Amino acid sequence: MSRPKLPRKSTSIDMTAMCDVAFLLLSFFILTTKFKPSEAITVQTPSSVASKVAPDKNIVLITLDKEGKVFLSMDDESIKESIANTLNSSKGLSIDVNAFKKATFFGTSFGQLKSFLNIPESDRKGNLLPGIPCKDSTSNNNELIEWMSIINNAYQGQKMNLLLKGDNLAKYPSFKYVLVAFKKNDFLKFQMVTNPESVPSGSDLWKLNQTIKGGVAPKEEN
Amino acid sequence: MAEMDTSGGGHKKGPGVKKSKKLSTRIDLTPMVDLGFLLITFFIFTTTMSQPTAFKLNLPKDDPSHKDDTHIKQSGALTILLGKDNHVFYYENILDPAGKNFKSTNFKDIRDIIIKKKASTPDSDFFVVIKPNEESSYKNVIDALDEMAINVVKRYALVDISDGENQLIHATEGASISH
Repeated sequence: MSRPKLPRKSTSIDMTAMCDVAFLLLSFFILTTKFKPSEAITVQTPSSVASKVAPDKNIVLITLDKEGKVFLSMDDESIKESIANTLNSSKGLSIDVNAFKKATFFGTSFGQLKSFLNIPESDRKGNLLPGIPCKDSTSNNNELIEWMSIINNAYQGQKMNLLLKGDNLAKYPSFKYVLVAFKKNDFLKFQMVTNPESVPSGSDLWKLNQTIKGGVAPKEEN
Repeated sequence: MAEMDTSGGGHKKGPGVKKSKKLSTRIDLTPMVDLGFLLITFFIFTTTMSQPTAFKLNLPKDDPSHKDDTHIKQSGALTILLGKDNHVFYYENILDPAGKNFKSTNFKDIRDIIIKKKASTPDSDFFVVIKPNEESSYKNVIDALDEMAINVVKRYALVDISDGENQLIHATEGASISH
């Protein structure tokens, strides 16, 4: 008995559909991608279960690098301008207001601020700078206290987001002295920048989230 | 889709015109697809989907008169001490003068200790004190605070370590190294 012959089919596939999908995905990823700006100060943040996204407007960001050096950055240029004017009039630093406005971060003592602003932007690297002195809780060695009070005056009731971004390896005392500077100026609410982390299942917070989401409390297992 | 209509519209050519050979307009799309997927992989890997989150912390106001100080019951207190190299120590209630209830643990087990203490204490008395020493890192402090969030501890405080406690930490850390 002879088998009916199957018609031989061509093995070439129409790639058009696949090509369409590939480029659709490609355009999606190109449009959604957001390149990490190269950071002058490298910081590895710890992770936490906090789910709130860090604000990115009206921020005053204190960065604590792994050696415990403190840097300050702000995004509002008009605020920076008024801070520069305050520094010039109260401390007689005679700094360039425009350069101060354009600077993304500050990482020296008040005395060296002028020479810091003369360094070209691309050469300001966190590891080469001394950081804002923040060595103990007295205002002699903790210039962050004064910085925070100037910032407080500059913002004057406007909404600002105080953020602290610390490195995993920073030691606790440097963190403590930053807190001292906050407390002395009555900045009692602030946020710490962390990497997101999932809530461990079975923990109390997890149960709480389940209750909120599902509307039914999960059974207690004993 | 990738090929074009090359049938020529149908109008007749004159008698002297030579018929040109029809070339196929089918293009091999495989290299283009290859390139497309290569770029997709590149963008998938470089894209940062996870945005940094912010962890809120409210500080108590420094009040020299101490009139608003929170008073805590000794029976409901759990003190967590943080040392160098991710070492964690804890004691319940009040520290025994001889350091008998001073125990060593790590970040994995501290959660069970918090859960146990939370379950065995009335909610209104439960209080966690976190005392990092000068050798603990910022990560340790955040981890400890995070542990408070994970276990829904409503009342906790970040307190400076006392000399006696710090000595105990150093003694224990020294002992664990020599073993």
